[in-house]
Order: sequence, then C-alpha cells, then structure tokens
Amino acid sequence: MAERLLIVGNGMAPGRMLEHLLEKASGRYDITIFNAEPRVNYDRIMLSPVLSGEKSYEQIVIHGDGWYIKNGITLHKGTKVTGIDRAAKTITTDNGLTEAYDKLVIATGSVPFIIPVPGHNLPGVLSYRDLDDVDAMILASKARGNAVVIGGGLLGLEAAAGLAEQGMDVTVVHLMPTLMERQLDASAGYLLKKQIEQRGIKVLTGANTKAILGKDKVEGVELEDGTVLPASLVVMAVGIRPNGWLAKEAGLTVNRGIVVDDQMRTSDPDIFALGECVEHRGATYGLVAPLYEMAGVLAKTLVDEPAAYNGSVTATKLKVTGISLFSAGDFAEAKDREEIVLRDAARGVYKRLVLKDGKIIGTVLYGDVEDGAWFFQLLREGADIAEMRQTLIFGQGYAGGTPLDPMAAVAALPDEAEICGCNGVCKGKITGAITANGLTSLDEVRAVTKASASCGSCTGLVEKLIGLTLGDTYAPKASKAACGCTDLGHDDIRRLIIAKELKSIPAVMQELEWKTSCGCSKCRPALNYYLLATWPGEYVDDNQSRFINERVHANIQKDGTYSVVPRMWGGMTTAAELRAIADVADKFNIPTVKVTGGQRIDLLGVKKEDLPGVWADLNAAGMVSGHAYAKGLRTVKTCVGTEWCRFGTQDSTGLGIKLEKFTWGSWTPHKVKLGVSGCPRNCAEATIKDIGIVCIDSGYEFHIAGAAGMEVKATILLCKLETEEEVLEYTGALMQLYREQAHYLDRIHKWLHRVGLDSVKQQIVEDGVRRRALFARFVQAQKFAQVDPWAERVAGAFDYEFKPLADLRISQAAE
Amino acid sequence: MKMSSDWLDIGTLNDIPKRAARVVKTARGDIAIFRTMDDQVFALDDKCPHKGGPLSQGIVQGESVTCPLHNWVISLKTGEAQGADQGCTRTIAVKLQDGRILLSWPGLAVKAA
Repeated sequence: MAERLLIVGNGMAPGRMLEHLLEKASGRYDITIFNAEPRVNYDRIMLSPVLSGEKSYEQIVIHGDGWYIKNGITLHKGTKVTGIDRAAKTITTDNGLTEAYDKLVIATGSVPFIIPVPGHNLPGVLSYRDLDDVDAMILASKARGNAVVIGGGLLGLEAAAGLAEQGMDVTVVHLMPTLMERQLDASAGYLLKKQIEQRGIKVLTGANTKAILGKDKVEGVELEDGTVLPASLVVMAVGIRPNGWLAKEAGLTVNRGIVVDDQMRTSDPDIFALGECVEHRGATYGLVAPLYEMAGVLAKTLVDEPAAYNGSVTATKLKVTGISLFSAGDFAEAKDREEIVLRDAARGVYKRLVLKDGKIIGTVLYGDVEDGAWFFQLLREGADIAEMRQTLIFGQGYAGGTPLDPMAAVAALPDEAEICGCNGVCKGKITGAITANGLTSLDEVRAVTKASASCGSCTGLVEKLIGLTLGDTYAPKASKAACGCTDLGHDDIRRLIIAKELKSIPAVMQELEWKTSCGCSKCRPALNYYLLATWPGEYVDDNQSRFINERVHANIQKDGTYSVVPRMWGGMTTAAELRAIADVADKFNIPTVKVTGGQRIDLLGVKKEDLPGVWADLNAAGMVSGHAYAKGLRTVKTCVGTEWCRFGTQDSTGLGIKLEKFTWGSWTPHKVKLGVSGCPRNCAEATIKDIGIVCIDSGYEFHIAGAAGMEVKATILLCKLETEEEVLEYTGALMQLYREQAHYLDRIHKWLHRVGLDSVKQQIVEDGVRRRALFARFVQAQKFAQVDPWAERVAGAFDYEFKPLADLRISQAAE
Repeated sequence: MKMSSDWLDIGTLNDIPKRAARVVKTARGDIAIFRTMDDQVFALDDKCPHKGGPLSQGIVQGESVTCPLHNWVISLKTGEAQGADQGCTRTIAVKLQDGRILLSWPGLAVKAA
C-alpha cells in the first residue's frame, strides 16, 4: 500500500521536488496536490516576459495537465488548505474536503508585503506575484495612462519595464538612495537608473510613499515630500515575506518562515516544508536556485536517502530585455576585503569582484555579464584565484585565451557584418563570391560584388578577406598604419568599428590589438572622433583623448594663455553683443581684441582660470562658443546679399545664418568652413571654403572642397540647386558623407581627392535616396552635438581643468 | 631617509583624472602633476624644453606627454624629450601615500633661478 503524500502549494519548488521524487521512486507515494491558484505549475520567473508581451502563459507552463495524469497525481486546482490536524494527520480545505496524509509537504510560498499606507486597499493597487496580478496589470495598461511602481528592487523594476512596454507612463518610487540596493552596489545602481530612465521610465529614489490617493479607485500616489504622482495603476513591489500562517496555526515552529532542518523537516517529523515559505538556519530565500536545491534535498529525504541542505549563495539577474546585470554573494566593503574594479563608462560597463583571503566572495557585474556564471562558480567553489588575479576581471576568455593573430579580427567577423557601407555588401557575400566565382584579385571582387567599388574606404578589409579566403597565394597591399600603435590604416579602423560594433576606445584597442596600453596623441583623438561620429548619442566623449583646445574649448597660445571666439551667426552681430564683449575684455584684462577672417571677434591672452568667467559673461549676453578651436564647423562667412547689395541675387546673409544654425556643434575629421556669396562677385570668398554657396539669379551653386591653407584650393562646382531647403539638405548630406568616410585630419579636399569626385557626386547628387539618408543621419547626430560647451563648463562640468591642484605661492612666500 | 615634513600633501589621486595633469602653482613657476592610466604619479616643471609650452595641457600617453604647442614628446619619468628631439625638463620627486599625493618640498626649493 502506497504512503499518502499531500502537498500544499503548486509552485516551482514542489514541482521540481516531484520530478526528483518520481525519478527515484515513482510508485512509493500516492500524491495529492492542493493549489490555491486555479492553475498547473508554471514558471513564475517568466512573469515579466508575459507582462511585457514577449511570452504567453502557455509558453511558461512547466507541467501541463497531462503530466499530472500520466504520473497519477491528483491536483486540486483553486483549492485552499485551511487547516492541519497533526494528531489525526489530516488536512481540511476551504471547499470542505478532509484528506489523510502519511507525509505532508508545505510549500505555501510567500506573500507580497503591502505597506499599510492609507489607500493601500483601493481597487487598482496590485502586487506582483502571480499570473492574476499580471493579467490585471495587462488589463489596466490597455487604458494607457500613468502607473506608479512602489519599490525599485528586482520585481518592481521588472514590473515597471513591462508596464512601459505595454505603453504606460511609469514612475518608480524607491525608498532607498539607489535601485536594487540589496543586489547592487551604488555604482551599478547608478548605471541601472540611467538605463531605466533611458527607457522613458521616471525613477524617484529616496522617496517615501505617504498615501495612495483616490475615492473609489486609485487616482494617485502622495509622497512624504508632498509630491503627488497621478496614477490609474499602482504596483506594490516592496518585498515578500514567507507565508507561514498555515504552519503556525498547526502549531509548528515559525519565525520569519517555517523553521526547517537540513533535511527540510519542520518541528513535526512527518511534515516538511520547502521554498519561499521556509526559514533555514535563519535565512529565507526568494530566488529560484536555492529553492531547487531544497527540492533536491527533500526528494532524497522522502525516499530515505541521506541528504542535507547547507544554505545557498544566491545570484541575481534582472529579466528586463536589454539590461544586463548580475550579482552574487557578499559585496559590502570591509577592512579585510579587497576589490578589483573595471569600469568602462563609454560602454556602460562596471565589473567588481570582492576578494577575501584570496577567494571571490562577491561580484557585481553591469553591462557585460558574460562571465557571471564563471565568477559565480569560482565563488561557490571557494577557488583560490591568486594565480589568475591579474587578468581575473577580464573574464574566463581572457584568463585562458591566447593573443589574436593580425588577421583574426577580420576572420572573427560574422558573415552578416557589413564591409562596404556605400553598396551595402556584407562579409559573407564577398567570401562567397570569391569561392563561387574563383575570384583572385581586388578588381574582380569589385566587379562582381561592388564592394570597395565606390569610395574605396573598405579596400583594406576587402583585401584582407581575399587573403583569408585564398590563403597565402594572395598578398594584400598593406594599408598605411594610422600610427605606431597599430598596423591598421584609418579606413580599416573605421570599418571595423562599425562591423564589430566597437563603442569605446578601450574596446577598439582591445579588439583591434593595439600595441600600446593607452594609445598615443595621434590615434586617441582619431579614435575618439571615429567613435563619436559612428555612435552619436551613445558614445561618451573621452575628454583626455582630445587635444587641449577641444578639451577646454579655447585656443592655446604660445605663452600658455588662451583665445576666445564667440559665435556670430553668419557674421552678424549687435550693439549689445559688442558691448558685452568690450565689458569682458575690460573685466578680465584681456590684452588683445582682434577681428578674425571668419567674421567674428577674437579675445586673445585669456588666462586659463579666467575662461569659465569669460564664458559666463558671454553666455549671459546670449553668445555661445564659436568652436574656433574645433575639428568641426567653424564659421559661415557671408556677404550682405539682397538685403542691401545692389548686385545681390539671393538672401546670402539669411541663408548663411540658417546654415550655421543647422551645422554648428558638429564634429568633423578636420575643420569645416562655409561661405555664402550673394552673387558671382563672391565677396564672401565662398570658392575657397570647404563648402561654398554662390547665389545666382536662378538659385544656388553648390561648391565643395576649397581651402585656403598651405595649399590654396579653389572649390569644385558639384551642382546647381534651386531652393534654400535643397542647399540645407545637400550641405547636411555632404558633411555626413565626409564625417563617415574621411580619415581624421583630412579636410574635405583631401578626402575628395582620395575617394574621387565621381563617388561623391554619385552619392550626393545622383542617388536621392542615399542623399536623404545621409541628411537624416546628420540631423540625428546634431541632436546630440548642439550643446554649448561653454555653458556646460560654466555650470561646473570638468571644473578641475580650470583650477590649480594646489597653490603654494603664499606658503612659500611666508618662509 | 627623508623627514615626513619634507613631503608636502598637495591633494588626492582622485583630484586628477586618469591620463591627465593638473598644476601646482609655486612662487617659482608652475609644476605639472601627471596621473597615468595605471595610476602612477609624476611631477615636472610645466615647461617644455623646446619653447616652454605648458606640458600639463598635453595628451598623456603611457609614461610620456605630448606638448600641446609643437608635439614634442616628453618622458614623465626622466623629463627627457623622446625621439629625435633634444632637451630635458626638470622632474620633482613625488609619491603616493594612502591615496594622497606628496610632493618633495626640498625638490621644489632647489630649482635653478
């Protein structure tokens, strides 16, 4: 006769326990399960993907109805156990059943903690524990509107992300100063907050909920500081507590949770407990890994095999698509601990290992969690890491890896990596064509695939691919190395940044095998520009990789002082601006004031520590940086045009101002100067500018590639245009093409010489779709570029640049 | 052995970003304090041996700095110009102790007029 095993609760822990038990002794027990939820066993970890709409309930079921039938298990769905009679060894249910047991397993899980603020029981206030909660949230989100999630822990953030995904306007209210403070340290919490906010979710930390407002249903949340947040849905996710009331009623020992020993036995030898409802050696658990460990132990105990649960070290992962974080163990700071930290701000990566006695005891990873499992394994094994300590933080691949060979970066590219940006040709297409058609030269590859057939920027890469495919029989022409730190040329570097999606200087140096630890004054500014141009809004500028002028937004002079040039749009100024400039010159004792060739005013001889003060006064008069120091848009020189001139054919001044307002702030491979002349007499000298517009009766001549440097270059007429809108579109598109293709420190004429006029003409004049795409990318990049750098620094950014570290002049004088 | 009073506390390592420099003003001219990528600290007269350019404003690469005026590369360890260029900038003893930067006080005083 089989023993009767009753199980109260049908969550993931008893589900896993039953799998083990059935495997060991399928006939030993006659099993009955009581589940308060009207469902089978499903994967609660996957509730977040259900909420965000990425998965359905059916996809997260672990044990379907058939499983229970096949294994002869009786499942009472929607039946709540209300009492245990330990003397009679029976249980009773809310629908009047009484069932006898030989062995009883309590797996009642946990209940959400509800803060008892006024209004907590209004309709529209939900917790986040089971599928009913998720269904209610999805229903509520149909009406869009505002949701407030109280609690910035694991569950709260998953709920917030899911609701935002469903189209709600979500605010997270968190009591502590940083998010997920139990799993993350402050640095990782900061990165998480930034990323959550980028998804349009508002995050209020250090915010205490005072009351939930509303008459018949939720209308808002009031915080301690008086802030009122409107809300049609409030999710409370401030924590869980073990659900031990049934056990307590039955007289079992219950502290925070149902107390169990190492065999998962409660204070009654025939009653066991597992999962979130238990307390083992003083600890309670809310994550799945320890629950599964308990399940294994209990299954063995039930078949009289020796087994002991020794507690768990837990690891956390957040299940929000696109956010990668991992934490495990103990990562609090203490005297006897050491830490290894790796930060890569540009990529939003933060890795921290906490060591004690040569072993990992805790880890926090953010942004790059690939090595989480490995670190966690080392942590659980208590492995001695002394041997690999130097490279440990870089992860398993690095700790055991060998250096890459020169071709490896290209060989490692996936087949779908785009090699030729002009003609949209990917790696697989090129290598495929070489093999299929027996191609043996660059010209043949160009003819068949069109790769490298337009601007030629990808020639180096295409040659490497031919070399890789054909082996030693092909010797690619070596492209000129960008500097002594690398063998790669500028084109190769630019294409590989895109193909390998490299988004920081350390990533480029790592992946492209830089020979120096932190580059040099040639490659770093180039890489900084390439990354900025390739990943607008994503790449974080590396201040230390900029030449001093771009770092402090002024021009260094021979005596170490600086010059300051405010922008004068299209060369236009006002009496008020001139007065402000004069006042600044007086106030800061600026020795020289000069009119520049770009139609603006240069203040020379400004002391570095005076720069923020000078800028503040110029800002106050409405002026911004003229970027006279930048590899970027400098000036737009104009003549007076139809406004005043008897020969003027168009409003050259107005067009110049429009062009300058459109293009200012953009970073380019070298300086870019524009000119707009109102008639072919060309008083604005437009035909020696990088881009020059000459107005004519029928419209505008669009000239490019002039310069008045060591070599004087007259422009080339690219095309004639009819409207100002066209001029703006062509200018944006041309600047973008230059930004995307040119080598750092090549002006437009040098770039044009390299890629050829035909290639530029084809992409800017003949191919309208491509021109408009280039224009759109320029507009997108400008969204992030048009910030006045002076105002940022007046507001305090990089303040260390403008202050001495220490001033010893007074103490020395006193000696 | 140097007396501890020979060392002047001029700030913390974190006052200087990695691969950057800041200036200490003294009665006899500026001293540039450099911090490298791997957190070494160096102190040099803030004057390029070429034309006196402020080295503190240059780009720090490994253990050298490129002068902002004419791209001379100066070793932070020795003050010597690198490559074909000839010249030397005075270095001043500096050390790190518990995250604080200590500058040699006698080192400052013996500066040639």
